[in-house]
Amino acid sequence: MSELPISIDMDLCTGCGICIEACPFSSIEMAGDYPEIKDDCRLCGACVDACPEGAITIKEADGEADLSDYKGVMVYAEQRKGAVHPVAYELLGKGRELADQLGEPLYAVLIGSDVKAGAEELAVRSADKVYTYEDPALEDFRDDPYSALMAELVREVKPSLFLIGATSIGRSLGPKLAAVLETGLTADCTGLEIDPETRLLLQTRPAYGGNIMATIICPNSRPQMATVRYKMMKEAEVDPDRKGEIVAKPVDMEAIPDRVKIIGYQPSPEQVNIVDAEIVVSGGKGLGEPSGFSVIEELAQALGGAVGASRPTVDEGWKEYRHQVGLSGRTVRPKLYMACGISGAVQHLAGMKTSDVIIAINKDREAPIFSVSTLGAVGDLYEVIPILAEKIRKHKGDA
Amino acid sequence: MSEGLNVIVCIKQVPETTEVEFDEETGRLKREGVDAVINPFDEYAVEEGLQIKEKYGGTVKVLSMGPSQAESALRETIALGCDEAYLATDRAFAGADTWATSYTLGLCVEKLAPYDIVICGLKTTDGDTGQVGPEMAQHLDVPHVCYVNKILDIADGKITLTRLLDDGVETLEAPLPIVISVSKDINQPRLATLRGRMGARKAEIKQITSKDVDADPARLGLDGSPTRVVKIFTPTPPEGGDVVEGTPEELAESIFKKLQECKVI
Repeated sequence: MSELPISIDMDLCTGCGICIEACPFSSIEMAGDYPEIKDDCRLCGACVDACPEGAITIKEADGEADLSDYKGVMVYAEQRKGAVHPVAYELLGKGRELADQLGEPLYAVLIGSDVKAGAEELAVRSADKVYTYEDPALEDFRDDPYSALMAELVREVKPSLFLIGATSIGRSLGPKLAAVLETGLTADCTGLEIDPETRLLLQTRPAYGGNIMATIICPNSRPQMATVRYKMMKEAEVDPDRKGEIVAKPVDMEAIPDRVKIIGYQPSPEQVNIVDAEIVVSGGKGLGEPSGFSVIEELAQALGGAVGASRPTVDEGWKEYRHQVGLSGRTVRPKLYMACGISGAVQHLAGMKTSDVIIAINKDREAPIFSVSTLGAVGDLYEVIPILAEKIRKHKGDA
Repeated sequence: MSEGLNVIVCIKQVPETTEVEFDEETGRLKREGVDAVINPFDEYAVEEGLQIKEKYGGTVKVLSMGPSQAESALRETIALGCDEAYLATDRAFAGADTWATSYTLGLCVEKLAPYDIVICGLKTTDGDTGQVGPEMAQHLDVPHVCYVNKILDIADGKITLTRLLDDGVETLEAPLPIVISVSKDINQPRLATLRGRMGARKAEIKQITSKDVDADPARLGLDGSPTRVVKIFTPTPPEGGDVVEGTPEELAESIFKKLQECKVI
């Protein structure tokens, strides 16, 4: 067994114990007069910063690679059946900001069977250069050919940053690409910024079910890759004056791997997808029982919205995972979000707090959900919702 | 396939997240009284491995990476019916991000070869990334499929399965060996029997260290990790507005007015 790459210099350590307090994972304990770092240390460095004597050091990896060749921000523009996924416009919005801060170009890459209209759209939405790969065989996403083409492009263009939407496709593609390129990938980022001093990408993401947020860097390999949560960033606006260049790249399907075949596809019968819905009505443990969701459905139907659910209700099996709103579920940003019987754990709030209007119904006056609500109603949802739904139906009938 | 299938299930031991709370004052995770459990997503991977064995025959090996405490999670999978358990444990593995973790697990999988299917949970409840499965497949140079919600058939060196995408369900056919990450709706994990638990007590958990797998030290643990955590903090709750009280009729009226005011209806 080799040593942990973190160590305490016993000549400097005074045994004050501040590092024990600083460790978020309780991985340091007093062993006699001095602290000892346990094997489950995650090397987060909190103790290194906290130690007043500078006695704790983490051995850094040698950064030998020449990173100065890598410039620009590249964005993966996901498409489904020829239509660019809106997360790509959000990546361009954020990517433009980061590229401007670095004073470097913004690239987009689009792969599919008919990419011309999509490429035009990306070019007027602030991409300086749009690379396209077009072939009938590339119509549907498959990890093998898509990642092979993207790896080839990254090696040629050498972007410093690479952003991918954290959709089901992006979460499959991103890790494969990062493994191929031997670089770091930060999953499901909710915040991205450039450190003005180091010019590194500061990637912030939730962990532990949203109990903590972590900021992560990728100092010694390139590109610095992140998957980015949908509905967290502002879309790049259309700016006809800023039309980027479109570069069509050749495709040789024979030369790239393609091991997994798609032999069928069944679109979800889903009424409304909560992520795209303009109105979301969500239920929580305050419903008391699984059948309580019928009240939520009644209100959602009256409003013409989708049904959301808090994590505890999904964990209990009251509602399917695809309805889950929150850090460990989906992030939503509708015009109206109604939280019924949801107390408002921080993880839930993080998944809906950017909604335009938030209305909460809860029995508990102290529920944290009220601290983010545009309007909070203290009462029994079983009494309030039927009256409200009836009012809405009547209003819509009259209108 | 008379000899059955060789399945390897990868699991991780995690703190029982729903109980983990963050102490605002000290900035520490409250770990007191929090149990270490099998990552809940991995329970579905274990169950799927067992179901494959029941249907096609073969063996289910379970692999984990972590400190020696993780043995208890592996022991639980033996209680459930898995055949062998391996723990990759070495201080050289410590501090690994998803890249270095998947590199290490990939080496261990190769050591446990031959294998037909490697099954991972969708993600872990602590790191929450879902990256280790697909990254490991790349290190092994085998295909990978995420979000698998049903295995339809395994025959003639091929697997057919369905996966859940954002907008629908895809049916895929892939050659073996393969790495898959399974979603929560693939099965209903079983509980261990008393007899299983008794048997698991004595089961040997085999250890794998960096020397056993002929690893490149520069790709292990912290040294092999391209990413670094630079800050950990608590998410900040946002600001709120009006709160009203009254009879159900009054509350419904207040909400109705607000909806009109905001032009939602």
